[in-house]
Amino acid sequence: MTTYGRGLRGLAIATVVTITVALALVFFYAPLDADQGFVQKIFYLHVPLAITALCGFVFGGALGAMYLRTGEARWDIRSYVAIHLALIFGVGVLLTGAIWAKASWGHWWIWSDPTLTSFLIVMLLFATYQPLRFSIEDRDRQSRYASVFAVVAGAFVPLNFIAVRAAQAYVHPRVLTLAGGNLPGSMRLVFVVSLLGIALLYVTLWKYEMAAKNTRMQVRALRRALLGDDAVSSLKRSAAPS
Amino acid sequence: MRDERAPGMWRTALAVLRKDLLLELRGLETVPAMILFALVTFVIFHFGLGRDTIDGQLAAGVLTATLLFAAMLGINRLFVAEREQGGFDAFLLAPVDRTALLVAKALALLVFLAVLELIAVPAFGLLLLGPPLGSRLPGLVAVLALGDVALAVIGTLVSAIAVHTRARDLIGPIVGLPLLLPALIAVARGAGPVLAVHGSGAPPGRWVAILALYDVVFALLSYAVFDFLLED
Repeated sequence: MTTYGRGLRGLAIATVVTITVALALVFFYAPLDADQGFVQKIFYLHVPLAITALCGFVFGGALGAMYLRTGEARWDIRSYVAIHLALIFGVGVLLTGAIWAKASWGHWWIWSDPTLTSFLIVMLLFATYQPLRFSIEDRDRQSRYASVFAVVAGAFVPLNFIAVRAAQAYVHPRVLTLAGGNLPGSMRLVFVVSLLGIALLYVTLWKYEMAAKNTRMQVRALRRALLGDDAVSSLKRSAAPS
Repeated sequence: MRDERAPGMWRTALAVLRKDLLLELRGLETVPAMILFALVTFVIFHFGLGRDTIDGQLAAGVLTATLLFAAMLGINRLFVAEREQGGFDAFLLAPVDRTALLVAKALALLVFLAVLELIAVPAFGLLLLGPPLGSRLPGLVAVLALGDVALAVIGTLVSAIAVHTRARDLIGPIVGLPLLLPALIAVARGAGPVLAVHGSGAPPGRWVAILALYDVVFALLSYAVFDFLLED
């Protein structure tokens, strides 16, 4: 049996240190943006959150594919935790994005910004993951259908970005292009540290939740072995696999 | 362990398709409802927008939204008969390729959508569209045909997922609409210049390419995952 708790403490410490360093860099080291001033610093939170959330969705899709290949329940739980954490990060992206849009463009929501709009569509799709799971009672079928959804939705993420980007003019500050972008060196350093911090936070939370779920399952199995099947109340229907 | 005499994928698919089309022809359950729904939606748009004629991007948006919602009716009903009357069990018992069901259902939905558009698009030209439809028809048909493939493929996939859930009337649309959004953006933006008053009548190549890419990717993806939706 996999122990997800191994290395969790070190990882948690590394996360706290990296995020503290990143915040210190954001507030005391990163230069003020010439156009937007202080508000631009939300960039160091907004963009890493967005990248991590999108990677989390695709990661969840890959784990779902592993479930479909192997049929082992643990892959479905991993996929569930990956998507559910990415959803939480995604809410953060939409909130910070709206705040940034209000401060720099004067509106809470800007339709002409393809990246924000694509992200909203991705969120609308993944927001149906939990209702879908919740409305399937049979455990095996829930895992299988949720994995099919995760695979399809994971492939949807890049396609959606292509389609929405083609639909709109470039308004979003495109600081991260494949050609290396136009971010000054000091800003890039701060951005990379922030991205690392947020990514570490995601991995830590993922491992933490997996450890918790795993322990709960082991406790249930032990109780059932000790007290018999009837003594352990059956699980209520839920969206979460367990 | 396939029997040599077992029918091939296409033969099975065509048999199921024939069954679905016969069922629809005799029962007239889905397609007339889709057409009526589309016509009523045009009337609603006329009053909602407060305009007698529309053109360009607005017309493309109205047409796309109307066809989408009419298609949703068909998507919701696609597997209902299979579930209620044991068609799934019968299909699983037969020694045939399971993907044939996906192909058959997607083709059936495609035929339903084609019939719907055969009536809804001329009606749209008559009731709402400002510029005459005639010269714009080839461009519009090309965009709508590509859009129909996306609707049929994704609709079948979502319908197969939704039919086994408790709240299937809800799960189908809420999962399907976001999945269809990029294709709908492409249909609406592709049809916009076609329906413009001074348009060239040809859809922009970029949108046709995106639609085609979307169709191919989701067709392959559905083909790959469909087996898992039938396993039992």
